[in-house]
Amino acid sequence: MHIVDRRLNPSGKSLENRQRFLRRAKTLVQGAVKKASQDRDIKDVLEGGEVSIPLDGMNEPRFHREGGVRDRVLPGNKKFVEGDILQRPQSKSGGGNGAGEGDGEDAFRFVLSREEFVDIFLDDLELPDLSKRKLAEVENEGLRRAGYTTVGSPANISIGRTVRRAMARRVALQRPRPEEIARLEAELAECDDERRLVLTAEIERLKSKVKRIPFIDPIDIRYRRFETVPKPVAQAVMFCLMDVSGSMSEHMKDLAKRFYMLLYVFLTRRYKKVEIVFIRHTDRAEEVDEQTFFHGPASGGTLVSSALETMHEIVQSRFRPADWNIYAAQASDGDNSYSDSDRTGALLRDAILPASQFFAYLEVGESGGHPFEMSESSLWTLYQRLRSEGEPLSMRKVNDRSEIFPVFHDLFQRRTGQEVAP
Amino acid sequence: MTAVKTGERLFDGADWDFRTIQRIHDACEDIALNELGLSVYPNQIEVITAEQMLDAYSSVGMPLYYKHWSFGKQFAHQEASYRKGLMGLAYEIVINSSPCISYLMEENTATMQTLVIAHAAFGHNHFFKNNYLFKQWTDADGILDYLDFAKAYVAQCEEKYGSIAVEQTMDAAHALMSHGVDRYPGKKSLDLRAEERRARERREHEEASFNDLWRTVPSGPSKNRAELSAERRRALLGLPQENLLYFLEKAAPRLRTWQRELLRIVRNIAQYFYPQGQTKVMNEGTATYVHYRIMTALHERGQITDGNFLEFLGSHTNVVFQPDFDSKYFSGFNPYALGFAMMQDIERIVSNPENEDRDWFPDIAGRGDVMGVLRDIWANYRDESFISQFLSPRLMRQMRMFHLHDDPADTSGILVEAIHNERGYRNVRRALSRQYDVGLIDANIEVMDVDLAGNRRLMLKHAVLDGALLNEVDAKRVLQNLADLWSYDVLLAEVDATGVVLKEHVVHPRVMAAAA
Repeated sequence: MHIVDRRLNPSGKSLENRQRFLRRAKTLVQGAVKKASQDRDIKDVLEGGEVSIPLDGMNEPRFHREGGVRDRVLPGNKKFVEGDILQRPQSKSGGGNGAGEGDGEDAFRFVLSREEFVDIFLDDLELPDLSKRKLAEVENEGLRRAGYTTVGSPANISIGRTVRRAMARRVALQRPRPEEIARLEAELAECDDERRLVLTAEIERLKSKVKRIPFIDPIDIRYRRFETVPKPVAQAVMFCLMDVSGSMSEHMKDLAKRFYMLLYVFLTRRYKKVEIVFIRHTDRAEEVDEQTFFHGPASGGTLVSSALETMHEIVQSRFRPADWNIYAAQASDGDNSYSDSDRTGALLRDAILPASQFFAYLEVGESGGHPFEMSESSLWTLYQRLRSEGEPLSMRKVNDRSEIFPVFHDLFQRRTGQEVAP
Repeated sequence: MTAVKTGERLFDGADWDFRTIQRIHDACEDIALNELGLSVYPNQIEVITAEQMLDAYSSVGMPLYYKHWSFGKQFAHQEASYRKGLMGLAYEIVINSSPCISYLMEENTATMQTLVIAHAAFGHNHFFKNNYLFKQWTDADGILDYLDFAKAYVAQCEEKYGSIAVEQTMDAAHALMSHGVDRYPGKKSLDLRAEERRARERREHEEASFNDLWRTVPSGPSKNRAELSAERRRALLGLPQENLLYFLEKAAPRLRTWQRELLRIVRNIAQYFYPQGQTKVMNEGTATYVHYRIMTALHERGQITDGNFLEFLGSHTNVVFQPDFDSKYFSGFNPYALGFAMMQDIERIVSNPENEDRDWFPDIAGRGDVMGVLRDIWANYRDESFISQFLSPRLMRQMRMFHLHDDPADTSGILVEAIHNERGYRNVRRALSRQYDVGLIDANIEVMDVDLAGNRRLMLKHAVLDGALLNEVDAKRVLQNLADLWSYDVLLAEVDATGVVLKEHVVHPRVMAAAA
C-alpha cells in the first residue's frame, strides 16, 4: 500500500475550468450586474457575492423523458392497501419526481469572489487615451547592472574583472615572475665567473621585460556598467473636487459620492497604491477629510477656480506628475461666478490637464429632472468649449442614482479611435 | 505486511498520522483478506484537503481530466452550496483503477479514516475488481494513463485548432454522452493503453506519409449508390446503432480526424462509467457491508475502543438512513440503505433462515457459507438482477414497500398496485428491479437510417415506452448538437410499440467553427 500526501499539492486544480466557465458566462454575468445596479446600492453590487444567471446557454442538455405511465416502488407504507386510489397532488408532476424534470428555465446561482466580480465587470472599461499616455505611466527610471564597460568612474571599477584580464595579459606576454628573478639572483650569488656573466645578462633581460610589461595596464581596466530601466509608476492619486455651496443638495452630494466610489474601485484595481485627496470649495477651497467633504456644513458663493488652484498647489507640493498618475473628478451643480470663467479655463488648460491622466466633470442635478431639459450651466458651457478645443475632458450630466452606473460606464469605455487627438 | 497483534490498539483519540494510517490499513487488510476472503487491487491512499475534495467533485472524482467549462460550472455551483453549508462533503472518493486510489479527507478523525479505508479501499475495491460488469467494461489498469492521454490530446487540439472549435465539439459530445455507450458486450474488451497507442500511431503515420499530391489525384467513377439496396447500406453503416457517438465517429461525413478522436475519448470515458450507474445499490451495499464487518471485527479484537465504535455507529447509521416516502428528506431509495439491508438480509438467509426464506431462496437458504454466497453475488449481478432475485419478503415488510401505478389516462388518481403482503411481494420486487433496469432508465434511441441518395438526412428513432416522450426543449438542444456533428439534417421520430409515430423533431445544423 502507498500513502500519498496530496495536501501540499498546488490548490486550485479547478481554477482553469472555473475561468473557462466564467468566460463563457461573461456576457450573462455582466448583463445581470448591469440590471442589478439600476436599483441596488453600488457598494453592494461591487461586493460581489452570489450572482444568478439564466441557465440558457450554460445548460448541458441531455435526452430525458417525461410523462407517460409511471411505476414506482416507495418505502414506508403506513396505511395503504392494494387497490387504493390516491389523489394526485395538485402539481402536475404527480406522485414522485419521475425520470428527471426539465429545469431548463431555472437560474443558475453561484458565488463570485469580489475580485472575479470586479474583474468581469470592469473588463471592458479602460481609461481614455490610455495608449497615448502609457509612456507617462512609465516615466520613473531605475538602475540595473548590465555587464562591463571600458569607460566609467573609478568608483565603478570591477577589481575582479580587471585583475583577471591583467593576469591573462601577463601570461600571454610571458612577463617574468618575481620568483624567477629571485631564483636567478640567488644562483648568481654563489656561482663561478663564467656562469655569472650569463646570469647577469639574463637577469638584466628579465628585469627590463618586467619594466616593459606592466602589472596592470590601463587596457585591463573594466568598469561595472549600469543601465537605466523605466519602472512603471504603480501609484495614483485621485482628486475629488466638489462644490459644497448652498445650491448643492444632499441628493447631489450622494450622486457625486457614488461616482467617486466607482472611480476609486477602478483605480485600486489598476494601481498598487491609490491616494485620495478631497477638495471642497465654495468661493474658496480647502483640503478636507472625507467626513467633512460629504457632510460638513459650508456656505458661500462659488468660485471653481479656487478648487483648481488648490489642486494645482497640492500636485506641486506632494504629487509629482512624474511619480504619480493623477486622476481628477469634479462634481458640481454647474454654478460658477461669471467672472471666474476665464481663470478656470486657463488653470485647467495650462496647469491641471497637462498633469492629469484623466479629468472628469460630473454635473449633478435634482432627482426627477431630465438631463436634456437642464439648461446649459455656466460651467458646462465653459468645459464644452474647452473640450471642443481638443482638451481631454470627460463630462456628463446625472440626475438620478440609477444613472451613475451607465455614466461611469460611458466615461471609461474603451474608445475606438474616434476620440479627437489632443 | 506486518500483522497487527490482536488486542493492540490501533490509535488513541481522534488524531492520526501516516503510521496510524498504515496500521489501520494493515489491520483492515488482515480482516478483509483472511476473514472475508476479499480480493482487491493494490491500494493507494491519498490524503487531501476539503478544497481538493471539491476539486475532485467537479471532475467526477477523477484525479486528472481534460479541461472543460462544464466542470467549472459544476465546481462553482458546488462551492456555493458548500460555503453556504447546504452540502457536506463526502468522506471519501474512490477510483476504479489499479492501484485503487482512495481519497481521505484530512479533517476526518482516526475512526472515520478507519471507516473510509474499510469502506473504499476494501469494499469498493473488491467490487471493482470482481464484478462482471466492471471486468467487462472497464480497464482499471489503463484508465489513469488514458485520462492522461485524453487531457494532453484535448489540450493539444485546443492549441492546434482553437479552443472554440474544440469546445463546440466537446459540448456536442457531452450532450450525447449518455447515448455513447455500448450496452452489449462487443467483440473485444476495452484496452485503454492500446487505445492510446493506436491514436498516437495513427497520427504519426499520417504525419510521416503526408503527401499533398494525393489530394489532387482524381478519384475513380463513384459507385452507383442506387445499386446498394437499403438493406446493404444499413449493414455497411452498422445500422441500427444505439451508440450515437460511435456512429458519428465512424460515419459522420464531415468531421475532422481530431474531432472523431475527441468523440472517441468522450465515448470511452462514458463507457468506463457505464457500470457504475448500473451497480449503485450493489456497490454501496457491498462497501457498507464490508466496512460494517471490518469495524465490528476490529472492535471485537479490541483494536478500537468502545468510544471509537460508537462514533463509527453514529456515522454508519446516518449513512444507511432511509427516510419514508412522505418524509421531507425523501429522495428515492438510498442505495446505501437498500444495499446494506439486502446484504445483511442475505447473511441472515444463509446462516439463519426461516421457512419463508427456504421457499423463496432454496439455493442459498441455510448454506452456512455467508462470504462465499455474497462474493458470488457481488461478482455476478447488477442492481436489476440482484434485486429481482434477492429482495426477500421479510425485507419488503421491514421497509414497508409499496408499488404505485400512475397512469395519466386514469383521472381518478394513482393506483396502489401492490403492497408488502403475500399477494404483492412478486409484484413489488419486479417493479423495484425495473426501476434499476438500465434499459428503462435511459431513453432508447437508435440511428435507423441515412438518406444517402438524397439530402443525407440522419434518421433516428426513439422507441417510446409507457407513453413517456422526450422533453421537447432539451431534446431539441441535444439534437442540435447531433446535427452540428453530422452536418446535415437530423430527424428524430418518437415511435410507440405499435409503430405509430407520436412526434417528430427535425433539426438543421449550424455552421461550426471547425467546419469553416
